[in-house]
Amino acid sequence: MSVATPLLAVEGLTKSYGGIHAVRGVSFSLRAGEILALIGPNGAGKSTCFDMLNGQNRPDSGHVRLLGEATTGKKPREIWRLGVGRTFQITATFATMTVRENVQVALISHEKQLFSLWGSAPNFDRGEAGRLLELVGMGGYADRPCGELAYGDLKRLELAVALANEPKLLLMDEPTAGMAPRERVDLMRLTARIAREKSIGVLFTEHDMDVVFEHADRIIVLNRGTLIAEGSPAEVRGNPQVQAVYLGEGLVYDARHREGASS
Amino acid sequence: MAFYVVQFLTGLASAASLFLVASGLSIIFGVTRIVNFAHGAFYMIGAYIAFTLTERFSGAFGFWGGVVMAALAVALIGVIVEMVLLRRIYHAPELFQLLGTFGLTLMVEDLVVLIWGPDDLVGRRAPGFKGAVDFFGQNIPSYDLFLIVLGPVVLGILWLLFQRTRWGVLVRAATQDRDMVAALGVNQKWLFTSVFAVGVFLAALGGALQIPRDAVHHAMDLRIIVEVFVVVVIGGLGSIVGAFVAAVLVSELNAFGILIFPKISIILVFLVMAVVLIVRPWGLFGKPEAAARKTPGLTVNPWRPLTSNERLAALAALIVAAMLPLFAGNYALTVGSEIAIFVIFAVSLHFLMSVGGLASFGHAAYFGLGAYGVAFLAKMAGLPMIVCLLLGPLLGCMGAAVFGFFAVQLSGVYFAMLTLAFAQIVWSIAFQWVSVTGGDNGILGIWPEKWAASPSHFYWLALGVTALVTIALRVAVFSPFGYALRATRDSVLRSEAVGINAKRIQWTAFVIAGTTAGIGGALFAYLKGSVFPDNLGISLSVDALVMVLLGGVETVSGGVVGAIVYKALNIWLVSQTDLSKLVLGGFIVLIVVVLPKGIVGMLEMLAQRRRKASPPGSSLLAKPIESAE
Repeated sequence: MSVATPLLAVEGLTKSYGGIHAVRGVSFSLRAGEILALIGPNGAGKSTCFDMLNGQNRPDSGHVRLLGEATTGKKPREIWRLGVGRTFQITATFATMTVRENVQVALISHEKQLFSLWGSAPNFDRGEAGRLLELVGMGGYADRPCGELAYGDLKRLELAVALANEPKLLLMDEPTAGMAPRERVDLMRLTARIAREKSIGVLFTEHDMDVVFEHADRIIVLNRGTLIAEGSPAEVRGNPQVQAVYLGEGLVYDARHREGASS
Repeated sequence: MAFYVVQFLTGLASAASLFLVASGLSIIFGVTRIVNFAHGAFYMIGAYIAFTLTERFSGAFGFWGGVVMAALAVALIGVIVEMVLLRRIYHAPELFQLLGTFGLTLMVEDLVVLIWGPDDLVGRRAPGFKGAVDFFGQNIPSYDLFLIVLGPVVLGILWLLFQRTRWGVLVRAATQDRDMVAALGVNQKWLFTSVFAVGVFLAALGGALQIPRDAVHHAMDLRIIVEVFVVVVIGGLGSIVGAFVAAVLVSELNAFGILIFPKISIILVFLVMAVVLIVRPWGLFGKPEAAARKTPGLTVNPWRPLTSNERLAALAALIVAAMLPLFAGNYALTVGSEIAIFVIFAVSLHFLMSVGGLASFGHAAYFGLGAYGVAFLAKMAGLPMIVCLLLGPLLGCMGAAVFGFFAVQLSGVYFAMLTLAFAQIVWSIAFQWVSVTGGDNGILGIWPEKWAASPSHFYWLALGVTALVTIALRVAVFSPFGYALRATRDSVLRSEAVGINAKRIQWTAFVIAGTTAGIGGALFAYLKGSVFPDNLGISLSVDALVMVLLGGVETVSGGVVGAIVYKALNIWLVSQTDLSKLVLGGFIVLIVVVLPKGIVGMLEMLAQRRRKASPPGSSLLAKPIESAE
């Protein structure tokens, strides 16, 4: 199973805010083409973890390595240049530009033409932009102003934008939040297909357990900032600790919790 | 030693007024999110009314009563302004709010002259504080000591007001989340009105208390507002303690700066502000602003390059314009040249504002620097005209590079305030550094060489340069850089997530816009044959803003149309009336309230309405686009 250098290697990631340990010593790794879900109840530290991976937040200690290269302390735009595409929990797009222009901006950046004052941006990589939009099923929307799109379409547009720099890794923060059930399934199927075809590693956080168990190759579970379980969907589903965290305040959980609090 | 102590105390005394005005601005901003440009105007009216009242009623009661009555009267004016004007623009983009309140300032400047006359008025001294205290051989006016005590007392009262009263709790809650306060059933309208009244009261009190120290005159509004902007940028917008600390800091820097750089003392304040902005961009006591509201230019009409028919039409318009010398006289040609130059100025700002979403309130600085660049090269180095025209704008470029670097660290209202403060600093240097710039007398005798001397030749030169500049900027809008700039305007978060260094893109845009404005300024120097500090003054900066808004900030060609209409109107207006500021101010307020999309935006909307039977889905003001941040 294990490859010499994993695509993403996270070691001992730790972050506290004041006296609260948001994330404590989290380690995991991700292989190319693998879809890894990061789950946990509210406040488990998923978002903090995520922000440290994409450069929006700096860990107190621990390392993040992408293809062997340390990314700790790098800015989001530098991490993007290493080949990391990302989508946001609440979509972030260029609202006044058309769908195609949104993708073209990412292509312009990828080809390092950001400071080029000559040349026609409307014709910049039109073919490639079209292909990316076709890939996510947005080909028919290319000339629509982005501000008019429905939320599910915005999520797909974000995916196209995230794919523009031929990423090796996709970071998706709650990719299906705010979507209708049918759209969720479609989007995750699409993501899974693209990831397998292009051998892209995907790390996503998610609240919808149906989505997680259907599409993730592997799942890691966070609770109160620490990693409590890791494994295939079947293993995680059968894990009593995970069940306790998700299903309620059983005796087992209670005892452990007190232990944890006093230590 | 004693001298320095006295200098220090003088600085503290000056801080009192500055603190009153700045805290008022901060309180109003905290709750209403409006940066009240008219705050300086309220300060000035406070001083004028206090002058009248204290002249009318003598004695201690007359003086102190007059000061308080003046502040109350102005607060009442503030309430009327809030109800009539501000309530209409609370949901408008912040640019419109700044401009609307600026229009008010212009109106007040003319009204004040109309009522009190243009001369400086010297007020009475405060009863009970007429003398001076001897301090080791140095005199300290006892009124200064009163002011030094007053500052902390007002700070304390405000603190009690906000911590101990029900109203204060509501204000603090609204500062954090005004929608939540509204959802809890608080009558927001009256909360906003009362907050505005308190803020205006503080400003007017600051003005009224100044009359024993300073003459009252009709330009004191702009001087104080620039200082107040500097104070709130340093202290942090929305923080009263920050306003106090920064007011003291700025006043002391002014007091001691005069000893170190007697000619250009304002440099010191600028340096401190620059350092603060690098270390804490949101000010010493401010909090990082959570996702500023998106400034201008959110549109759902996608931009596109001109079609070939439209290009032909533009070319035809240019040819018609080029034929003007065939039938127009010299005066009309001079006016034509001036309009052409203002088109350059307007499109340069339009590029920054509409494409970059960066509303500069001090764009005239770069226009004026271009003009001064030409003046230096032509008068001091004696270079030929063509060389001056090519190199002069570089001064604008350098100015934009230095100030732009700091300005793009901020966004929204902070950006606007900072660019205004920078422009005012450049203006002060031009005004104060007499040995180099000629001060108020300017630099005269910059005349074009023979080949460009006749009005028709100069007109063609100006028109040619204008056409080139306009085309170049249009090409830039649709270049990869233009897309990147629009991307940073729409979402910095997403831009950074696709590898764009947003600040560097914005800085580049700032330098491009500044250099272009400098080209306009260079031509302007030759048109007028002279340069003056007014060429980089606030009113010129505002002219540029109005031209852009009038044309339409959401459009690509709004700058050109706005400049032509506005400048022609302006030249005509100045020839017709002495109260041009009053009319202009009223005009600005009208645009903000009635025509927020500008002329070109209106035309586009009408065209669209004709195309579709149904009205267009969204307008900027009625339904702001949700920007995902």
